[in-house]
Amino acid sequence: MAAPELLSDEGYRADGRRPAELRKIRARMGVFAQADGSAYIEQGNTKALAVVYGPHEMRGSRSKALPDRALVNCQYSVATFGTGERRRRPRGDRQTGELALQLQQTFEAAILTQLHPRSQIDIYVQILQADGGNYCAGVNAATLAVMDAGIPMRDYVCACSAGLAEDTPLADLSSPEEAVGGPRLVLALLPASGQIALLQLSARLHQERLEAVLEAAGQACRALHAVLDRVVRERLREVTALLGD
Amino acid sequence: MLTSRTFLKRTRAGAVVKVVREHYLREDIPCGAAACRLCPPRPAGAGRGLEAQPSGAASSLCPGPHYLLPDTNLLLHQIDILEDPVIKNVIVLQTVLQEVRNRSAPVYKRIRDVIQNPEKHFYSFTNEHHRETYIQQEQGESSNDRNDRAIRVAVKWYSEHLKKIEDEEKIQVIFLTNDRTNKEKALEEGITAYTCEEYIKSLIANPDLVDRLACVSDEGKEIESGKIIFPEHIPLSKLQQGIKSGVYLQGTYRASRDNYLEATVWVHGDAEENKEIIIQGLKHLNRAVHEDIVAVELLAKDEWVALSSVILQDDGQNEDDIENEEEKENIARRHLFTPADRRIPRIRIETRQADTLEGQRIIVAIDGWPRNSRYPNGHFVKNLGSAGDKETETEVLLLEHDVPHQPFSQGVLSFLPKMPWSITEQDMKYREDLRHLCVCSVDPPGCTDIDDALHCREVENGNIEVGVHIADVSHFIRPGNALDEESAKRGTTVYLCEKRIDMVPELLSSNLCSLRSNVDRLAFSCIWEMNHKAEILKTRFTKSIINSKASLTYAEAQMRIDSTTMNDDITTSLRGLNKLAKILKKKRIDNGALTLSSPEVRFHMDSETHDPIDLQTKELKETNSMVEEFMLLANVSVAQKIYEEFPEFALLRKHPAPPPSNYDILVKAAKSKNLEIKTDSAKALAESLDKAESPEFPYLNTLLRILTTRCMMQAVYFCSGMDNDFHHYGLASPIYTHFTSPIRRYADIIVHRLLAVAIGADSTYPELTDKHKLADMCKNLNYRHKMAQYAQRASVAFHTQLFFKSKGIVNEDAYILFVRKNAVVVLIPKYGLEGTVFFEEKGKPTPRLDYNNEVPSLTVEDTTLHVFDKVKVNIMLDASNIQHQKIRMVLVEPKIVENDVPANLSTEISSKNEPEKKKKKLQK
Repeated sequence: MAAPELLSDEGYRADGRRPAELRKIRARMGVFAQADGSAYIEQGNTKALAVVYGPHEMRGSRSKALPDRALVNCQYSVATFGTGERRRRPRGDRQTGELALQLQQTFEAAILTQLHPRSQIDIYVQILQADGGNYCAGVNAATLAVMDAGIPMRDYVCACSAGLAEDTPLADLSSPEEAVGGPRLVLALLPASGQIALLQLSARLHQERLEAVLEAAGQACRALHAVLDRVVRERLREVTALLGD
Repeated sequence: MLTSRTFLKRTRAGAVVKVVREHYLREDIPCGAAACRLCPPRPAGAGRGLEAQPSGAASSLCPGPHYLLPDTNLLLHQIDILEDPVIKNVIVLQTVLQEVRNRSAPVYKRIRDVIQNPEKHFYSFTNEHHRETYIQQEQGESSNDRNDRAIRVAVKWYSEHLKKIEDEEKIQVIFLTNDRTNKEKALEEGITAYTCEEYIKSLIANPDLVDRLACVSDEGKEIESGKIIFPEHIPLSKLQQGIKSGVYLQGTYRASRDNYLEATVWVHGDAEENKEIIIQGLKHLNRAVHEDIVAVELLAKDEWVALSSVILQDDGQNEDDIENEEEKENIARRHLFTPADRRIPRIRIETRQADTLEGQRIIVAIDGWPRNSRYPNGHFVKNLGSAGDKETETEVLLLEHDVPHQPFSQGVLSFLPKMPWSITEQDMKYREDLRHLCVCSVDPPGCTDIDDALHCREVENGNIEVGVHIADVSHFIRPGNALDEESAKRGTTVYLCEKRIDMVPELLSSNLCSLRSNVDRLAFSCIWEMNHKAEILKTRFTKSIINSKASLTYAEAQMRIDSTTMNDDITTSLRGLNKLAKILKKKRIDNGALTLSSPEVRFHMDSETHDPIDLQTKELKETNSMVEEFMLLANVSVAQKIYEEFPEFALLRKHPAPPPSNYDILVKAAKSKNLEIKTDSAKALAESLDKAESPEFPYLNTLLRILTTRCMMQAVYFCSGMDNDFHHYGLASPIYTHFTSPIRRYADIIVHRLLAVAIGADSTYPELTDKHKLADMCKNLNYRHKMAQYAQRASVAFHTQLFFKSKGIVNEDAYILFVRKNAVVVLIPKYGLEGTVFFEEKGKPTPRLDYNNEVPSLTVEDTTLHVFDKVKVNIMLDASNIQHQKIRMVLVEPKIVENDVPANLSTEISSKNEPEKKKKKLQK
């Protein structure tokens, strides 16, 4: 059997998208009443849930508290039922630990932590269904959840992946596309300022190609921003309507 | 615009896993018809699509304008027809393309090429993602049925869609399928459907297309009375299971050239044992054709056989009775086709133009091989010209060896530099000006693609500076453009006897890149500083600009070196080079490099008719080895440099050591002459070859070296990141590559690019640093080189035939190279010609043959023949079979009674008076 084609000669990907098109996005804020903030996002078949607690007093050892800003504490996990094969994974595994750390760095950059010194913000992200771009969906969900919690941020954090088919960059890779094994670039962007919060590249990519792929990922992040912004405004309208003017 | 629908799929990967894939359905996929205003415009550069006024061939079945829409099987089997320029305006569905892709990669490539061709107006419609043509698999429906239904739905959508186009004439869509049930269902649904045969036969202007229909008979049509000759093939699922469990071995099938009932299978993988498997007998061969990938099951050990030394040709004399009867019945249409390559079985074809095709070289494609048929079925594809004609034969041997030989396309030529060309400031940026050096080139006479030049001078500190300057082809061929892709595909220039098939267009090969004398040329230079013992003190690489002072032939250079009166710069430079080369050569041989020999011939051509007049073995002069020595040195130096710089993706060349068993034949042969050949290392082999001389038999050493050459493995290109054995056995060098002939080898261009990056004169590009892409490229290059070599040999063989045709019958001295059970292979040193002398002939009593495998020797009647025996043979051209003209050799001395020169044949040829005629012509 021939190896799967990422992009057909007609310019369609295996799932029918054009190279620059994102998967269908659906998002909701405020899914849990008990948490300070929560959000749920679907990017194609990838589904992620983010819950935010805080800012609150330091839990556990108070010595970790930072005098000038809030501590951002992140946890990232994939549900046991999140992949095709059900697999129990211990929470402390290296990969998720690393991803949690990256998530923390991303949000430390985006949240105005200096407004809440000596306090702590907890962000819990869980991937309910994994189908490519898991980390990106997690970041996007966390952005919405942080906003839902009313924590001031510099900007939205929008994350999206991009890959390469021969020489055409592909935005928002799905899991079959990731499985092909080409280069994969993950970008977390603050769209208004164009600042990059995280940039990760797996597999080798020639420097000449980097710019094109980065540009594709940036475009995708900006498109995502538009969608997330709409969700946030929608939510605000709902909430203010509930309050009654 | 996006409607998402997911579908479920179950795959089996150890455990059953449910796979969910998104599947987006779109509304913006154009139908491809030029007149359509309903669809969004097609993106630019996506081909021309379908014509508004289809201009395909007129059909009596469907007189109006129409588009064709074939199904998968039709496309797979009748691709030859679809490629014909007559067939235009075809819609290829995505469903069909995907199925084709999974089933046959070559056909997929061909259909992709056709779709790309703007003249053909093929359009591929992405029906699986179109909102109105996507269908879901129903409960209980097989995926084949689902795909058939999807195709029918698409046809239906098309015919309705096209009706909406407001145009004076309605365009019809015709569904082509050879599947009976599918056609019936289509007709039920109101779709116009024909079988391929019906449609092609209805084409008014092109009756000859019918010949090219593949004859894939339906199951029912098979002749029931036929005796089943072959066992059934094992189903694929069982095969895969068997291969996994090790019951079956997978390998490449290689039919024997000498015996049609025998073949070997080269088992894939690295297993040392069971590497090569012999298969004997029609039943065991079971319809495999040369180069097929096959699965084999080993027989019980007591049934194992050794390769027979009998030479057997399939003359069709002992065919089954049914075969003959069948042919009589359909004598008008059915014919047997005999392939030029003896390893391919004859093919049964159906044609109406047999009279015109007789004696012509034609291309035929195999369609299938029913169990009850002695030969496979096929169909006629293309007529090349009459057999025996020089043009046609050259075409045949190029096609046979898959040598791309079409003229360069406009797209490729557009990347050539514009004439008049001159060196600009820009070019000088990373270059050193070496025009002041006394550079000269030494090549064979008549060489127009000069890719190397040399210089040598003494520097102030008493050392010697030696430079090898190679044409800078990579300056003109930039990565990734059409010119680069075409040269990469060709891989090498192919030298035939009277023709050269260039790898790069002539402007480059014979002009801009050729380092001719007294013009400024761009070069890539490798410059060493050596002491007088030829030890390298310093190596330097640079892009440069040179001005060669002289283009010499080997003979001219030799003359200058030998002459006592000449003392100009060029001559002293040559003498210096020659002195160093001798030291280098001695060092190399002390290291264990082999000096091999293979008879190379050169034809002297008639300048008008281009017929060969004389045959001569190539002569080697000291200067040949001088140039060679420095080329080897440059290659080694460059290999070290690029490997040091790019350990993962340097393109290198290796020559694996042959397995010891390869030498058996050599050792045995030498023993028969009381000589000992040691084969435990290259050095030992080289030394024992040097010692193997016999005073009364001076030619013996050359013969031994020829035999040794036959024992060797092929040298191959490889990517350093994919392999860990770099050794070059023949040259006794731990690392080697090709750098010195970029005009005629693509590998050298890549090496140039790598080296340019290594010295900072050029930038990299993505493909250069991708070891998998590089490994794929090596595979293609190795294949092209092998094929070029075969084509060259075939060309020599053909010209030898032409030569003997004009020369008539001659008697020559020959030496026996190999001994077989019923024949001996002899070498005629005068012509460098090899041939087989048979001792069995049809219609004559077989002489008493006694074969001794140990010595090896063959006793015919009372005469015993040994390897290396000197004999006299009678040579003539056997033209009795026009398809397979061959050189016929008969032993004259020692005389064997039964094997007299057949008197009738000799008179037959001389009565044609052909030799005389030819001679007269030459005297004019």
